[in-house]
Amino acid sequence: MTIRPEALPTQEMTINMGPQHPSTHGVLRVILTTDGEVVVRAVPDVGYLHRALEKIGERVTYAQFMPFTDRLDYLAAMNCNCAWAWAVEKLAKIEVPERAEYLRVIVCELNRISSHLIAFGSFTADMGAFTPFLYAIREREKVNDLFEMICGNRLTYNYARIGGVSGDAPPGFLEKTREFLDYFEPKLDEYNNLISYNKIFVHRLANVAAIPGPEAVAYGLTGPNLRGSGVRFDLRKDEPYSVYPKLDFNVCVGTGERGKLGDCFDRYMVRINEMRESVRIVRQALEQIPEGPVLAKVPRVFKPPVGEVYFRSECPRGETGIYLISDGSTNSSRLKIRTGSFVTMNIFEKVTRGLMIADIVAVIGSFDIILPEIDR
Amino acid sequence: MESLALSLVKSFPALSAAPMWAVSLALMVTAGVVVLVFALTFEGVGSLVLRKVAGDIQARIGPNRVGPNGILQFLADGVKLVLKEDLIPEKADRFLFKLAPYLVFVGSFAAFVVVPFGVGLSPADLNIGVYYVMAVTSLVVIGVMLAGWASNNKWALLGGMRAAAQIVSYEIPVGMALIPAVLVAGSLSLQDIVRSQGGLLGLFGWNLFHNPFTFFSFILYFTAAQAETNQTPFDLPEAESELVSGYNVEYSGIRFGLFFLAEFGDMFIVAALATACFLGGWNVPFFNAALLPPLWGNLLSLGVFLAKAFLMVLVMMWVRWTLPRLRVDQLMRMSWKYLVPLTFVNLLGVSLWLLLFRGKGIPQMIASVFG
Repeated sequence: MTIRPEALPTQEMTINMGPQHPSTHGVLRVILTTDGEVVVRAVPDVGYLHRALEKIGERVTYAQFMPFTDRLDYLAAMNCNCAWAWAVEKLAKIEVPERAEYLRVIVCELNRISSHLIAFGSFTADMGAFTPFLYAIREREKVNDLFEMICGNRLTYNYARIGGVSGDAPPGFLEKTREFLDYFEPKLDEYNNLISYNKIFVHRLANVAAIPGPEAVAYGLTGPNLRGSGVRFDLRKDEPYSVYPKLDFNVCVGTGERGKLGDCFDRYMVRINEMRESVRIVRQALEQIPEGPVLAKVPRVFKPPVGEVYFRSECPRGETGIYLISDGSTNSSRLKIRTGSFVTMNIFEKVTRGLMIADIVAVIGSFDIILPEIDR
Repeated sequence: MESLALSLVKSFPALSAAPMWAVSLALMVTAGVVVLVFALTFEGVGSLVLRKVAGDIQARIGPNRVGPNGILQFLADGVKLVLKEDLIPEKADRFLFKLAPYLVFVGSFAAFVVVPFGVGLSPADLNIGVYYVMAVTSLVVIGVMLAGWASNNKWALLGGMRAAAQIVSYEIPVGMALIPAVLVAGSLSLQDIVRSQGGLLGLFGWNLFHNPFTFFSFILYFTAAQAETNQTPFDLPEAESELVSGYNVEYSGIRFGLFFLAEFGDMFIVAALATACFLGGWNVPFFNAALLPPLWGNLLSLGVFLAKAFLMVLVMMWVRWTLPRLRVDQLMRMSWKYLVPLTFVNLLGVSLWLLLFRGKGIPQMIASVFG
């Protein structure tokens, strides 16, 4: 007996994935049109976490906006703090003491490690392996302890200041950081042995949602998502800022080692390898850090000159660009923030066409999106 | 059951006033209650062990608040589940929604009836034991599908459909992987299967060591049974990160508790069947339990059986906390393209072995060489 397809009427089903769903990494809503388990269309619907950060930035002074940048990407608040500080310093042409710059690089890279740990952990949890998530949390706690030591907070750090950082590293911080690095570096091999090359894990990720390099560039992907497609572009190397030119590190790119270039596995491996590079960067920074002040003299009522500036820096989730227009008053007249996660959502619909429902989860996890960055 | 009732009437003449069917019924109810209590206790303790082991594996502590070292946690959880509000979604099919958890629970618990817990200790030694277990555990699929359908939730429906496809697909390799044990013993009764593995120091008589094919069929059975009972890495029907826990997403209170208990029951049944069919059941290695006085022999064999079964459950938990989850197409491919053909080839191998060597296993041949 042959089954004629037209004799079996089938209907597409529309499913809401989110805004409350364990694997959308926050309040992302994806409208899935499925044919059984196959996803015909997956349209992301963003905006559930919109807090008008850009408008707030125009109403408060430059210094007052610093705590708001913590909420821009709460898993990498140090990077956002520093991005804001660097942008305003570029606008007002402030010379920052070198020790402060080194401290910023140290905390930024440590935060990159902790952010990638969450990316790694939640990704594996999405794939059904819950244990690596808790291992990642265990390591992240140690980073949080370091941050608590240096700025008193464990999530929203508010550490950077315009012209430097809020306080010098307390005694013992640099030694503790070195201890952490010695502890953490072997853990990466443990992760690889535990899950990265697990056959099931590789089969779930390889060849899923592969993005060719040119397409990644065309859609404006940045950060690990761009490098996962084999494009060697890293703002820390290609548009160096702060003290990154003095530090030696590699830019990790996807190699298509288990499947097509730019698939979920490549994006995942880029993050694992980047943690190793961050360890290298922090080690060098700890060697090179000079003595000296950590905060430049900035007037209490801070009024940058009239002008505009665009500064972009490499955050864990891609390029965070800050566009500022100053009219010479205490607060900016226009603020625009470009974030990696938001731009990444553009390509989502394209790459998820024809995948399975379980792959949607893999794609979201491999993009490592975070909702406060998408909605701001 | 009839013979037991007869002997009971003989030893207590006062009972002869009561009709025979009443004595039988009372016995059945008693046996049922004993099994249910055992199963519930196992599930309570099992969930505690699961969480403690999970804690150890995941570099955390696990439950430690209720009672010394958290050992009463399962009681607290049970009380919580009973007391929670029983929510039924407005658009749900109320009758089917209420019915589904019972079906799942019954399907899982009816299998306890034939588990050979020890010498002479099985609630009912059916002569079609293996077949019976296969049949009643398949009932679960109806309950799961009903739960998915009646919830009127698309995620639950997807979970139910996945479960149905999965359980039906993996039924075949599970059955085919159990048949070698049946062939070796020449009986479908689980007690007979255990008894057939008694010789050779109570260890080398195990079907696991009988011949290469039975060893292989143990591995096949364990893999396929994990999938049939929706354990990681085959826990797709309740994939938390994809389907928001699948078919039971709309359930709360004790109805959810029944699904939960059934899951643990399934886990134990898989472990118990693996123990009975391949790991010598209640046979005590290097010791003849029949030499002990009856009660002690029974208790020792019970302890040995439970120890083996719990070891298997621990292995399942270990796998559960180690591996990621397959995708649905990979799951189906694994069953139909690999496990089903492999189990058939394996069955052929076992049959040929039994034919060629007249039912003798490798340890038996080695033993006969050395006299």
